Amino acid sequence: MASLAATFGRGAMTNGWTDVVNADVILVMGGNPAENHPVGFRFVMEARRRRKAKLVSIDPRFNRTAAVSDCYVPMRAGTDIAFLGGLIHYALENKLYHADYIKLHTNASFLVKEGFGFENGHFSGWNAEKKTYDRSTWQYESDGQGFAKVDPTLEHPRCVFQLMRKHYERYTPEAVANIAGCSAGEFNRAAAIICSTGRPDKSGTILYALGWTQHSHAVQLIHTAAMLQLLLGNVGVPGGGVNAQRGHANIKGSTDMGSWNNLPGYLRLPRANHTSLDEFLKANTPKPLRPNSMNYWSNTPKFMTSLLKAYYGRHAARKNGFGYHNLPKIGESDNNSWGFFFDRMHKGSIEGFLSFGMNPVANGPNTPKMLDALSKLKWMIVVENFETETAAFWNAKKLGEKYYSSFIDPAGIQTEVFLLPAACFAEKDGAFVNSSRWLQWKSAAVPPPGEAKPDQEIIARLFLKVRELYEKEGGKAPQPLLQMSWDYANPLSPSLEEVAREVNGRDLAGKQLNGFGELKDDGSTACGNWIYCGSWPEAGNMMARRGQEDPTGLGLFPNYAWSWPANRRILYNRAASDAGGKGWDPQRTSIRWDGVRWTGDTPDYKADAKPSDFGAFIMLPEGVAKLFAADLLEGPFPEHYEPAESPVPNPLHKEVSSNPLASVFQGALDKLGSAKDYPYVAITYRLTEHFHYWTKHMHASGELQSNFFVEVPEELAREKGIKGGDFVRVTSARGSVEGPALVTRRIRPLKVEGKTIYQIGIPIHWGFVGRVRGPLVNNLTPSVYDPNSGTPEYKGFLVNLEKV
Amino acid sequence: MGDSVSRRSFLLTTTALGFDLKPAIAAARELKISRTTQTHSVCPYCAVGCSVVIHTLGDKARNVQPSVVHIEGDPDSPINRGTLCSKGISLKEFVVNERRLTRPLYRAPGSSAWTRISWEEALDKMARRIKDTRDRGFEEKDAQGRTVNRLPNLALIGGCTDTNEINYLISKFRFGLGIAAYENQARL
Amino acid sequence: MIETVAKLVDTTLCIGCKACEVACQEWNDQEFTTGVFRNTYQTLPDLAPNFWNLIKFSEHDINGEQHWLMAKYQCMHCADAGCIKACPAPGAIVRRPNGIVDFVHENCIGCGYCITGCPFDVPRLSPKTRKVYKCTLCSDRVAAGLEPACIKTCPTNCLTFGSRNDLKFLAEKRAEELRKDGLANAGVYDGPGVGGTNVLYVLKHADRPQDYGLPKDPRIPWTVSLWKGPLKWLGNTVFFGGLLAALVHYIKVGPKEAHDEAEN
Repeated sequence: MASLAATFGRGAMTNGWTDVVNADVILVMGGNPAENHPVGFRFVMEARRRRKAKLVSIDPRFNRTAAVSDCYVPMRAGTDIAFLGGLIHYALENKLYHADYIKLHTNASFLVKEGFGFENGHFSGWNAEKKTYDRSTWQYESDGQGFAKVDPTLEHPRCVFQLMRKHYERYTPEAVANIAGCSAGEFNRAAAIICSTGRPDKSGTILYALGWTQHSHAVQLIHTAAMLQLLLGNVGVPGGGVNAQRGHANIKGSTDMGSWNNLPGYLRLPRANHTSLDEFLKANTPKPLRPNSMNYWSNTPKFMTSLLKAYYGRHAARKNGFGYHNLPKIGESDNNSWGFFFDRMHKGSIEGFLSFGMNPVANGPNTPKMLDALSKLKWMIVVENFETETAAFWNAKKLGEKYYSSFIDPAGIQTEVFLLPAACFAEKDGAFVNSSRWLQWKSAAVPPPGEAKPDQEIIARLFLKVRELYEKEGGKAPQPLLQMSWDYANPLSPSLEEVAREVNGRDLAGKQLNGFGELKDDGSTACGNWIYCGSWPEAGNMMARRGQEDPTGLGLFPNYAWSWPANRRILYNRAASDAGGKGWDPQRTSIRWDGVRWTGDTPDYKADAKPSDFGAFIMLPEGVAKLFAADLLEGPFPEHYEPAESPVPNPLHKEVSSNPLASVFQGALDKLGSAKDYPYVAITYRLTEHFHYWTKHMHASGELQSNFFVEVPEELAREKGIKGGDFVRVTSARGSVEGPALVTRRIRPLKVEGKTIYQIGIPIHWGFVGRVRGPLVNNLTPSVYDPNSGTPEYKGFLVNLEKV
Repeated sequence: MGDSVSRRSFLLTTTALGFDLKPAIAAARELKISRTTQTHSVCPYCAVGCSVVIHTLGDKARNVQPSVVHIEGDPDSPINRGTLCSKGISLKEFVVNERRLTRPLYRAPGSSAWTRISWEEALDKMARRIKDTRDRGFEEKDAQGRTVNRLPNLALIGGCTDTNEINYLISKFRFGLGIAAYENQARL
Repeated sequence: MIETVAKLVDTTLCIGCKACEVACQEWNDQEFTTGVFRNTYQTLPDLAPNFWNLIKFSEHDINGEQHWLMAKYQCMHCADAGCIKACPAPGAIVRRPNGIVDFVHENCIGCGYCITGCPFDVPRLSPKTRKVYKCTLCSDRVAAGLEPACIKTCPTNCLTFGSRNDLKFLAEKRAEELRKDGLANAGVYDGPGVGGTNVLYVLKHADRPQDYGLPKDPRIPWTVSLWKGPLKWLGNTVFFGGLLAALVHYIKVGPKEAHDEAEN
C-alpha cells in the first residue's frame, strides 16, 4: 500500500472486484485468488468466459489459480522485481507501451537532476558507512519557480522515460530466466500476453496479495508492477489497475482509521519537530510540482483541523491549536512498525500490551522471539472470540511440545494475562471496508454468548475506567485523556450508528456533512475521518444501501454500499481518457466529458473542470503518476535484490545482493542462515480450506484439510528418499516444523545461475491452540522487514529438509 | 455459455431459463429456514466482502434467545450474488461453537492455568495496570524539551477484523493514552 | 407441466474451492469428519454417508502439459436409475415429478442393493443408522423455489441449476465454444448408458472422462437389470428377503421413527 500511495497517490486497490470482468488480460502474481479469494475470483472466471480474457499465473507453485490459467510460469520466490523489470524491458523494447498515455498521465517527461545514476547495485548518493542514501540527486530538475522541468518528446537523456529505459536494459528475457529460474521462452510467452494490453482498446489488470507484500523489497516490487501498468496505459481504466486483495475483512478500514504512523484518513502522526499545529501542517501540506497539479493534499489543514475537532470537541479551539498537543509526537527517526516495537518488547522496554482480535504469536515472524517478547511484559490484555496462541503463550512449552522446549516454564513467566470474550461479527453491527474500498454496513443478528461483550463496550468501559482513575487520583498528563471526546448517548457502550455519524462529520449546528469538500480549517466542522465523509450525510446511512442499478454496465453499482473516496468506484478514472477527455477506449471508460461536466462514476477530478485543467492524479503534487518515485527508500526505480536469505548471490551485482536498506535485526534470536546449511527456498501461504489461524477451531475446515503438511517437489523427495505421507522436519536458523510430506509435481525444480534450486511450500493455519493442531510455520520465518512498509519476509527464506 | 441464457450470470438480473422452480413437489425433508428471521451481515474472513444472510430461529420473546440456524450468501450483493466459499458457507460454526470464549479469563503471574474472573474485577485490575504503566512511562517532553506527550511503554495491535466504528473508538483510546506503537494485520 | 430439473457442472470453471462440499454438509446438517493426511488436496478419498458431494482432484499430463483437474462428484439423478431398479423396499427410493431421485429414509431397509445397482458408485450405507444416503439435489430447497445448496454457493458459475432441457442446450453451446477456442476434445458428459443423467458435465477432455473420475461407459449391472426386467418373479422372491431384512433391521436397531435424529 505504501507503494501504491507513492505511485498513484492513494494506498488502495485501484479498481475493485466487480470491475475485473472488464479485463482482457488478468495477471495473477504474488497472489492466489482462486484459493484465497474464491468469490473474488468469480470475476476472473467471468471475464474469461464472457470476453475470453487471458489469465496468466506466475508463481513458485502450480496452484489452483494456475490450474485454470491460460499461461503458467514458475518462478523462484523473491524474484518478482526481476520478472516485472523484464516485462518493462519487453514492453519498451517491442514498443508495446501506450505512448500517449505515459506522456499525458505519468512523469515520464520529467527531467531528473544531473548526477542521478545507478551503479553496481546502488543508486547515486549511497553512504556506505551510514548505510543510507542522500537522495538529493533523485529529485526533479526545477524550472526555478518550484515546478519540475519536462520534455514532452521524452527524448532528453535525463527524462524519466530515458532513465527508465536505461535502468531496465539489463533485464533481458535471458537475464530474467537466469534469476527467476523459468526459461526465456516461458517468460516471452507470458510477456506477449501481458504486454498485449498496451493498446488503447485493451485493458489488463494485476491481482496480487501477500505474495508481493511479504518481501524485504515488497514496496519496490509493487512499484514495479505499477510502473508496468502505467506503461501499458492500464491505470484508471475499467478492467485495469493494480489490485491488492486484502486478507482480512476490515484490514482496509483499520488502516484507513490510522495504524502505524498514521492518524485516521492517512494524515501523518506528528513528529517531535512539528512543535505546533502550524508546523505540522507546513510539513504535511505538499506544494504542487506542476502548474496544472490539483494537489488535493493542499487541503490537509481542513482534514486535520476537523479531526482534532472530532477528537477534542469543545476543548479544541484555535488558541490551543485545536488540541494538537494532546496527540502523541513520535521522534524524527522513530519506527513503530511491527518488527521494531516487538523488538523493543523483546528487550524489555514495553510493559503493557493490548491485542484486539489479533494473534501475534501465530502471525508474526520468528515465533520464538515473539514468545520471548510477551514473556517480558508486565501485563497483556487479549480481546478475542476464541482462545489463541497469543493468549496462551505462557503455556507454549507444554502446548507447543517439542518446538519450544527451551522456552520458559509458566512459573517463570510474570506476565499477567486478561483474556476477554468478545462478540463476533454476527453479534455486532457496523461497517467493514472490503478490498474494493466499499464500506458495507452489517446488522447484528443475535446477542453475544454468555458474558461476551461487544468490543465497543469493552473499549468504552476500559477507557472510562482509566479516565475515572485519573479524575479521582490525578496522575501523569491527564489532559489528553480527559479532553478526548466521548459524548455518546450511552458512553459505556456507544451505538455504532452514533459513532459512524461522528466519523462522517458534522458542522457546528450538528448537521451531517455531505462530503469532504465541505470540511473547513477554522474549527467549524468536525470529522473523524475525512475519507469517509459522505458515508452518513443527512440523507442517512449510505453504507447500508442495497441498490442494484449499474447504469454504466461496467459493474460499478454506485447505489450499493458506499465506497471511499466520495463513492468513487474506480480510482484515477480521469486517466482513462485522452487530453481532450475522450476515452482511450470509448467503450471502456467509467467517466465521460460531455463538454460541460464529467458523467458516470464519481470523477476522480473536479466534476466541471475541463480535461486540460488538471493532471489525472489529483493526490500527487506532480498531478501525474510516478514511474520515478524518489520517496521510496531504496531508489526511485525498483532494482532486483535477493531475499535476505538467498540460495545465490544476486546475479546482477553480487556485492550488493539483498536490499541494502532492509530492516534486519541483530539479536540472539534474529539469526539468518546461509545456503550452505539451509539449501532450500521456502514459502508460506494459505490454503482455500482454511482462514488464517481462525478456522482451526471449526469442524468444517478440519475436515477439508485437517493436517499440517509440507509440499516437497518430487525430484527432491526422490533424492531424499521421501514418500508422500512420510514425516519430514523443516529447519531454519530460527526454528523447525514437522509434518507429513505432500510430494508433488506442482513445485518444479528451477535452474538459477546453472544451479538446481528446490522450493518447499509450507501452508500456515495450524498452531498449538485449536480443534485441529499443528506447528506454527512462523517458527521458521526471519525477522527481516521491508524498510518502507515494515512487512516481514515470509516468501523466500532458507530452510533445510530431512526425513524424520 | 452465452449471456442471454445464463441464468446465474451475475450482471444480468433476468431469469432467462424461464421456468418456475417451485411447483409443489414433495420433499423428504422440511425446509429448515421456513420460519427464520433473516439478518443481513458481511463475512468476517477475507476482504472480498461477501454479504451473508443470517437465519435465526426464535423471536425475541421473554423466554426466547434467538439462535443462528443457518448462514448463506446474500443474492443482493453484486460481489458474491449469493455465493460463498467453503469458509463463508460454514460461518454458522463461527457463531455457534462450543470453543467460543464466553467469560473473562485471568492468568496470574507465574500461574500455569486460567481462572475465571468477573468483568468488574477484570476492569478494575486492567484499568489499574494501564494507569500505573502510563504514569511510569508517559513522556511529556523529549530530551530536547519539545512537547511529545507520548506513551512508549504500552503497545496496541488489532482492529483488522472489527468494524470502522470500533477502529475509530480504538483510535480515541490510543490517542487518549498517547500510544505511539499501534499496528494491525496490514503490516503482515 | 413440471419440468425435469438438472445440474450443470462446467469443469472448466471449477477452482476446487470445495464450497459445494461444505454447503452440502452444512445444509443437510451432516457431521463433519476430521480427515487424515493422504498426500492430496482432496478432502476425503470417497463419498460417505455424511458426505454426498466430493471434488475429485487428479493430476494428468495431457499432450505434454501439466493438468490439475477438479470435478464435482455426487448422485447423477439418472433417467434410468439403477438404484431405483435395484431397490426392493417400496417407496424407499422415489423419483420426484421433477426428476430428482430421492431416498425416503423411513422406507429404507438398509439392504444396500441400491449401492450395487448404481453405475456411478454413489449411495453409501451408514453403519450407524443402517440406512443409505446420497445427494437429494436438495429436494427440500427446490420445492421451496431455492437452488440446491451446492449450486447457490458456487463462486465461479461452475455449477448451474435449471431445467434439464435448458441446461443440455447450454452445455452443448459451451462445449462448442470451447472447441472453437481450440479445445478439440471438449464435450458434454450426459450419463451415456443410463438414459442420460440430471447432472450434466462440460469437460475439456470429453474423450477422457475417467480423468475427471467419471466412468467412461456407465451401465447398470446386468444382474440388476434382469431383476426388474425379465426376472421380475425372482425379484419378488428376493423382495420377501428384503422384508425379512427389514424385520431384522427393526429388531436390531429399533423402530424407524427414532432414527431421524440419529441421522443428524
